[in-house]
Amino acid sequence: MPQTFVTVAYLAAALLFILSLSGLSTQESARRGNLFGMTGMALAILVTAFGPRTGNYGVIAAMLLAGGAVGAVVAFRVGMTAMPQLVAILHSFVGLAAVLVGVAGTLDPSMHLLGAEARIHEVETYIGVVVGAVTFSGSLVAFGKLQGILGSRPLLLPARHWLNLLMVLVWIWLATRFIGVSSPAPVVPLLVAAGVAAVLGVHLVVAIGGADMPVVVSMLNSYSGWAAAAAGFMLDNDLLIVTGALVGSSGAILSYIMCQAMNRSFISVIAGGFGTAEGAMPAPGAKPAGPVRTVTAEDAAQLLRDAKKVVIVPGYGMAVAQAQYPLWEASKLLKERGILVRFAIHPVAGRLPGHMNVLLAEARVPYDIVLEMEEINPDFPETDVVLVIGANDIVNPGAMEDPASPIYGMPILQVWRAKYCVVMKRSMASGYAGVDNPLFYKPNTLMLFGDARTTVEAILAALRADEVSSPAAG
Amino acid sequence: MQIAIPREIRPGERRVAATPDTVARLRKLGFTVRVEAGAGVGASMSDADYAAAGAEVVADTRALWGEADLLLKVRPPEANPALGVHEADLLREGATLVSFLYPGKNKALVERLAARKVSALALDQIPRITRAQKVDALSSMANIAGYRAVIEAASFYGRFFTGQMTAAGRVPPAKVLVVGAGVAGLAAIGAARGLGAIVRAFDSRASVKDLVKSLGAEFIELNVQEEGEGGGGYAKEMSEAYHAAEVAMLAKQCREVDIVITTALIPNQPAPILITEEMVKKMRAGSVIVDLAAENGGNCALTEPGTVVEKYGVHILGYNDLPSRLAPTASQMFGNILAELLGEMGGAEHFRINLDDEVIRGALVLQDGKLLWPPPRRSAAAVAAPAAPAPRTSVAMRAVVAAKKAKPGRRTGVVVLTLAGAAAMVALGFAAPPAFLSHFTVFVLACVIGWQVIWNVRPALHTPLMSVTNAISGIIVIGGMHEARGEITSPVVVLGAVAILVAAVNVVGGFTVTQRMLRMFHR
Repeated sequence: MPQTFVTVAYLAAALLFILSLSGLSTQESARRGNLFGMTGMALAILVTAFGPRTGNYGVIAAMLLAGGAVGAVVAFRVGMTAMPQLVAILHSFVGLAAVLVGVAGTLDPSMHLLGAEARIHEVETYIGVVVGAVTFSGSLVAFGKLQGILGSRPLLLPARHWLNLLMVLVWIWLATRFIGVSSPAPVVPLLVAAGVAAVLGVHLVVAIGGADMPVVVSMLNSYSGWAAAAAGFMLDNDLLIVTGALVGSSGAILSYIMCQAMNRSFISVIAGGFGTAEGAMPAPGAKPAGPVRTVTAEDAAQLLRDAKKVVIVPGYGMAVAQAQYPLWEASKLLKERGILVRFAIHPVAGRLPGHMNVLLAEARVPYDIVLEMEEINPDFPETDVVLVIGANDIVNPGAMEDPASPIYGMPILQVWRAKYCVVMKRSMASGYAGVDNPLFYKPNTLMLFGDARTTVEAILAALRADEVSSPAAG
Repeated sequence: MQIAIPREIRPGERRVAATPDTVARLRKLGFTVRVEAGAGVGASMSDADYAAAGAEVVADTRALWGEADLLLKVRPPEANPALGVHEADLLREGATLVSFLYPGKNKALVERLAARKVSALALDQIPRITRAQKVDALSSMANIAGYRAVIEAASFYGRFFTGQMTAAGRVPPAKVLVVGAGVAGLAAIGAARGLGAIVRAFDSRASVKDLVKSLGAEFIELNVQEEGEGGGGYAKEMSEAYHAAEVAMLAKQCREVDIVITTALIPNQPAPILITEEMVKKMRAGSVIVDLAAENGGNCALTEPGTVVEKYGVHILGYNDLPSRLAPTASQMFGNILAELLGEMGGAEHFRINLDDEVIRGALVLQDGKLLWPPPRRSAAAVAAPAAPAPRTSVAMRAVVAAKKAKPGRRTGVVVLTLAGAAAMVALGFAAPPAFLSHFTVFVLACVIGWQVIWNVRPALHTPLMSVTNAISGIIVIGGMHEARGEITSPVVVLGAVAILVAAVNVVGGFTVTQRMLRMFHR
């Protein structure tokens, strides 16, 4: 197969990847988009395999099959709540592959470049390996935190910013030892740089707390893209460059959206340590106070029955308790009574951008009643009952009303504007940001304490009991 | 300590300062309680009930008053024609009186009490702050008055409140206008809504709009920008233009509604006249006006305080004893408030008039005959503070101003970035080899395409987006494939092979899980 044909096939694959991403603009076209992506990938692998620069087919086929089998098994088995972990570990694989390709490229005796070309090539290799190593180790730590192997509390070393700076300086020094030193380039500085990068990746991610994970995972998504793009430069491969750029910008946009949704700058998230002594603490004495009204699940069911419009606001707590299934059952009963039931999703609900949508989709909730924050906020004043399940900071009115609040300015779901707001929660404990929530003290807020799943099932039972006992005339 | 609960002697007053329930509460606080015979009759509570709750029932009025350490009452003391003596003169020196007093209006009474060298707490003077809500007698009585106003209106109104569709034809619902959405107004809105009427409400304070709406009433707004929040939970006086708009609105509303309930009060002033004779003339015959401000002159020009008049076919109710018309509930609430207040003052054992307590200090008129009313400004400022969000607003305003000022700095940042980018481009143009530049072109254009395409992705699909980008970033597999040629045992091939392995996990895993997720999404 001539190189020109390979190039054209790569162009087709790049176009298919772009179509695949643009397909995700609506739910209807998303599946077709995924098929485009698969086709592009199959095309790219095939033409590479039969292209002019390939050998050892047995090894390649064995590796592809083995890796593919592992991937398929994991992908079929993984639970939707575990999606963040899966995404994180897949990022680490891309990072690892980028490091391996970079190191292999340096060791490859067939590479003979001279002068400026060689310098550029070494710079590309160096960047690719360093970014790949950060992605690899950072994603592994993110995986560990999401999987619960590592604690989700931020680990803050003393003088950590100085440590990071030191590591960057070490990189620059190692770069001068690697680039333009000899031909072929020495591999030892590259490996040391990869090691330092791996340490930095770990250090960056351990400093970030559980609820900032959406940002970190998006950021690592972006890095994995840039690492692939750097590998593309190194290998003179435009398809890798295009794909890496697509993935890199995708991750960057997701990070940006997440940061907007938390009203925090990207730098402050990456610097880590939110909610600790270094973050803004709530002013003492600014604690909201007042009577807290509680209700039983039966009362909540009654309230829902009497409502005309209901909005359900799920948070990560719902996913942890696996309450989405009984919740949708209860919602269906309400819908049968002609009650308008909708779900409202905050951009940072869950541990991954869009995570809540997937969890609700898994519970068979139709996506057209799952609305985003901007869509639902104007509707709250006309809503009779809002059900907040396992969410806290994303419904904290302090973000709008209290300039002293550490989360002041964060866009939130304005649930207290509804007639009643039922908050299902284990206890009065504050959320991830460590901020007390004035919502609990609002006069129209009713607290429903208990495990989310048990409580939702109790509501469901109350609704069902009513279904049986109510006369046919009703 | 001994508490005395006298019978209220004002004609028509059916309330009493303690019920058998609250007698038990007072006794728990360590007080001994004596109740005048017949004190609870108006509120349907017999002497036997009081005795059963542990109170001593005393028939001798003079002894009851004269021996009390603490005298709890509803109405201010007044002349007792049966005994031929003023109630204030029955108190012994050093006793403490707790009741409504209205010291601003009842100067003579305060002087009389001072002469007796007694202490006096006026329940009407308790500051309206959050902490004092449990002892806010005015609010609890206003709540009752608002509810009762609707009930009284219903009894004079010859039609249903709720609309009905019956076999005998359609009955339209009554339309109720509530003017002034304070405690009484809100209670009236709730009661009228409960009876099924269509309720509209008007208040000069825009801040109550959400409260009104939450009760299911319509909030009428004037097209005049002016805020009527006057501090302490009251409205303030408004400008000429505002009044003109208000009059026009009320005139229009009077033509449309069946029931008007007015509750507008301005502190230390006669009630404002809102419903003029002209407006009453325009109302439909059979309509009802309930004037809750009757005691302070009334909000309707035709109101006659204390009674009902019919003018132009409209009943105008000027009752000023509405809480008394719900005597059992009113007495219970009043008694609870007193028990709460005495509990806060230390109960019988540690009873003390604490001048540092903002709530007690606000209510204290006399201490052992010494006039301490009105309280010093310190507490007056404290009363106003919770109602006036001014300092907070200014903090927010300052933040907005600061943010606006910060914007030019951001613009400088953009300029610097653009210049730096341009400089980098020029440097690249001179230094970089052509092969690199062609790749760089591809890279930059791909970034731009990626940026455009990704913004179109629905937030709901962000998780599939991440998994699909995971899959396609597995394209690095072709990098591994390039390296895997050559000697099979060489480190290059081994590294390349491992790269293929992990990237293949990505490709297959990413696409598969994406497909799984997307299949879940359905309408």
